[in-house]
Amino acid sequence: MTAEQSAAGGRPVGRVRFMDAQRVNLDGFAVEDAGLGLVAMRSPYDPEPGLVLRDGRVTELDGVPEERFDSLDSYIARHGLDLAVAREAMGLPDVAFARRLVSPDVPRSEIVRLSAGATPAKLARVLALLRPAELCQAMTKMRARRTPSNQAHVTNRLDDPLLLAADAATAAAFGFREVETTVPVLADAPSNAVACLIGAAAAAQGVLIQCSVEEALELELGMRGLTSYAETISLYGTEQVFTDGDDTPWSKAFLTSAYASRGMKMRVSSGAGAEVLMAGAEGKSMLYLESRCVALARAIGAQGVQNGGIDGASVAAAVPSGLRELMSENLMAMMRNLESCSGNDALMSESDMRRTSRTLPIVLAGSDFMFSGFGSIQRYDNMFGPSNFNAEDIDDFLAMQRDWGVDGGLRTVTPDRIAELRREAAQMCRAVYQHLGLADFTDDHVERAVDAAGSKDLGETDTLAVVSAAHAIRDGGITVVDVVAALDETGYEAAAERILAMTAERLVGDYLQTSAIFDEQLRVLSLVTDPNDYAGPGTGFEPTPERQAEIDAIRQARGVEDLRAEQAAAAVPLLAVAAPALPGNGAGAGWEAAPGGWGAAPGREAASGGGGETGPAQKAAPGREAAPGGGGEAGPGREAPPGQDPREVVIGVSPAVGRDVWRCLSGLTVPEVLAELLAGLEEEGCTGRVVRFNDTVDLGRIGLAAARLAGSGIGIGLQGKGTALIHRRDLAPLANLELYSVAPAVTPELYRLLGANAARHAKGGTPDPARNPYTDEAIEARYHTKVIALMALERAWVKPGALPEELSLDGLR
Amino acid sequence: MNGGSAAGGGSAAGGGSEAGGGAGGAGGAGEPGGRGGAGGGSEVGGAGGAGRPPGDVGGAGRAGSPTEPGGPGGVRALSGRPVGELTLEAVRRAEVGLEDLRIHPETLERQAAVAERHANPQLAENLRRASELTRLDDDEVLAIYAALRPGRATPGELNALAGSLAERGLPRCAALVAEAAEVYARRGLSA
Repeated sequence: MTAEQSAAGGRPVGRVRFMDAQRVNLDGFAVEDAGLGLVAMRSPYDPEPGLVLRDGRVTELDGVPEERFDSLDSYIARHGLDLAVAREAMGLPDVAFARRLVSPDVPRSEIVRLSAGATPAKLARVLALLRPAELCQAMTKMRARRTPSNQAHVTNRLDDPLLLAADAATAAAFGFREVETTVPVLADAPSNAVACLIGAAAAAQGVLIQCSVEEALELELGMRGLTSYAETISLYGTEQVFTDGDDTPWSKAFLTSAYASRGMKMRVSSGAGAEVLMAGAEGKSMLYLESRCVALARAIGAQGVQNGGIDGASVAAAVPSGLRELMSENLMAMMRNLESCSGNDALMSESDMRRTSRTLPIVLAGSDFMFSGFGSIQRYDNMFGPSNFNAEDIDDFLAMQRDWGVDGGLRTVTPDRIAELRREAAQMCRAVYQHLGLADFTDDHVERAVDAAGSKDLGETDTLAVVSAAHAIRDGGITVVDVVAALDETGYEAAAERILAMTAERLVGDYLQTSAIFDEQLRVLSLVTDPNDYAGPGTGFEPTPERQAEIDAIRQARGVEDLRAEQAAAAVPLLAVAAPALPGNGAGAGWEAAPGGWGAAPGREAASGGGGETGPAQKAAPGREAAPGGGGEAGPGREAPPGQDPREVVIGVSPAVGRDVWRCLSGLTVPEVLAELLAGLEEEGCTGRVVRFNDTVDLGRIGLAAARLAGSGIGIGLQGKGTALIHRRDLAPLANLELYSVAPAVTPELYRLLGANAARHAKGGTPDPARNPYTDEAIEARYHTKVIALMALERAWVKPGALPEELSLDGLR
Repeated sequence: MNGGSAAGGGSAAGGGSEAGGGAGGAGGAGEPGGRGGAGGGSEVGGAGGAGRPPGDVGGAGRAGSPTEPGGPGGVRALSGRPVGELTLEAVRRAEVGLEDLRIHPETLERQAAVAERHANPQLAENLRRASELTRLDDDEVLAIYAALRPGRATPGELNALAGSLAERGLPRCAALVAEAAEVYARRGLSA
């Protein structure tokens, strides 16, 4: 309920105002309205599927007789359907078709065969039956190329060539196999194409480049070899909107051939929402209109479709089942045996959860291109408008790939490598621009481009220089060969070879086949060379072990050895084992590792004295891990004796303290924490001893054992990671008096309070209850891997039966 | 990649066939980038394909790479120059012109045959129209595109254009334009 809606009842209660303030409520949600085309999967005005053939000709298509065909119907009827299978496909009940689509036992080829005979209304009806998980299953099977891939947007507000080059290199390094650029200033287009071409070549072989601009210019750039694919050839689902877009199916078919005639890969672009936004949906559902587009895409001979909403994604997202509709669009292209470039390229929500929800199923299922433009640059630099995922989200995406163990096409790049590639790309771009007489850029500009997270970091740039460079490229007839020669002559032979090899591969034309990309060895992966062979578990695409390792090895991952080094860096020459304890004081008394011994009174335990090296080891709790080197090696002469002073509190610490563990999760060092605890004790007139317990990592046991050693019967337990508690000698191990369980959030003041409270317990006074620090952050997500590694370091020092040791207090006070 | 005639590449056993679209290319000559070796390819056969790294793709087929001049089935640019001659040396000698960067009509015909075998006759038709269009210069291509946009040309003009294309040996493009003339007249899309 929004504030407006509840006006009659006064201001909404705080709970509702709070909900209203969440970011998801910046999104618009539309009431379904078939009349306006604001309906995702099925409108009452959608036609009934139907196909009438006479003499090998379509005389009625989805309820429309031939004489009333509009131009889209005409084109689809004449060119888009395989009439040999039409009867079979149209006769198949929708549910039977849908089940075949999902079943791993029915091969992709069979669905492709049937779909070729299905009308637009038929495919829409079939797809409307699929639930989300079934869409995922079907997409896994139906995408044309076995190996999934991804496309990046590389643009910036200034059309700055050096930044474009650096960002194209970055995108290529991250694994994007297509880079799409565009311009805020049309005249800059040739410069953007050249900069991205150079930048991508700095980082990887075989990255396809697109410069999305007005068709004639785009074709011209492609003809000169400066770009290698096109995808913004728009199709629409009604004749009116198609014509408003200044095209017809025939002009688009011709344009499709024009691109191919220059050896250029192309796909068309469609998707929900375009017709609605132009008030031209004619009451039809988004899915049906898109079904017409996809049928037309196949009919005109395009190898692929960019759909899934695209610019209208948020229109689909505004209506019920809108995200299902978007994914169904992609699947529809796959069913028609076309490449799917699966949208996700327009920010469809202000809510991180909704935009993730929109994209995730496609990443899980895998598509030829999961994004038809992942914004590899920051949102503000994306001249297509922000994508659903942007540079802000690259680490999220890498983590998502790793979480699910799927190949989203991206990989981690080390910070050093990113810096190196950006520098090389920016320098190469400058060299080429200078060599070709396009523009001169300063060293400072190069450095800024290398370091820039976005164009706002460039400072003042000469944007006129870009326009003039672009004019020089266009008017000077600069081709890819000029770029290659310039790279070669300025000392960048490897990049020159890369671009030239790619140019040669284009002449071979294999990449004109469906779903083609080049891999980094310049091999074409396509429907032809890398067909999807998914047929259920154990089949289909699986990352190679090398690729899986690449997916798994995100740069934030840490192992025990990383943590050991981090801890070692915090080591100080403190906490040495103190001089041997007072002799004849009942060695081992109070230190019984056997489970039965923990609840016993200290006096009774003392009677069992003289345990020596082997006794306690035999009593060690079953299942306890042996420490490296085995037990019993701790010097028997150094064991900590029980205290006699009723004001003495023992601080028990875990086995790795003073050895491998020096810094707590809070960032405080262990000596700092101990100093606070001791100071707290002293404030209340008590004294403290620090004793390391060597046969357990369990804080309850450490705290209890410390209590039993203490003259007061009160102990403090402290694990190296910073978790701390107060224990008393007569309590069960898992009981305690106070506990700081959220180690990362404990402050020096809180440790001091814990010390003071332990002293108050020792004196029989009233402690000032410490509130456990609370945080609403994902504290466990942040620290659990560290905790596991810290505990492993602790565990490595555990020796069953090893005796406690008193540690020096030097330097702690 | 062309590689069809190399050992294993595009053989009946290895060619990736789909949707019953031909048994992997008889003779294999036109199978660009056909998978090398047996076991590749069949879209449906799960067992053979499971776990195969993408790196296997086309491996053996590279033996007949078009970048080897004069090799079997060697690909040429529109200029007639073998693709294998597109080298940095040639660039340094300033021998590479725009015509050397343009795709040859026969290449497009060959790709059309591949598309047809892979269950996409419409893509094949597009590539064959494209093959015809390699004969026109850029300006003329753009001019025809402009004429096909809505409201630009009269049915008569479109029919004349179709006739001219047919005369010059571009029958598929001619048919497309003639069909547009007919539908445009009926749907009010003519000038």
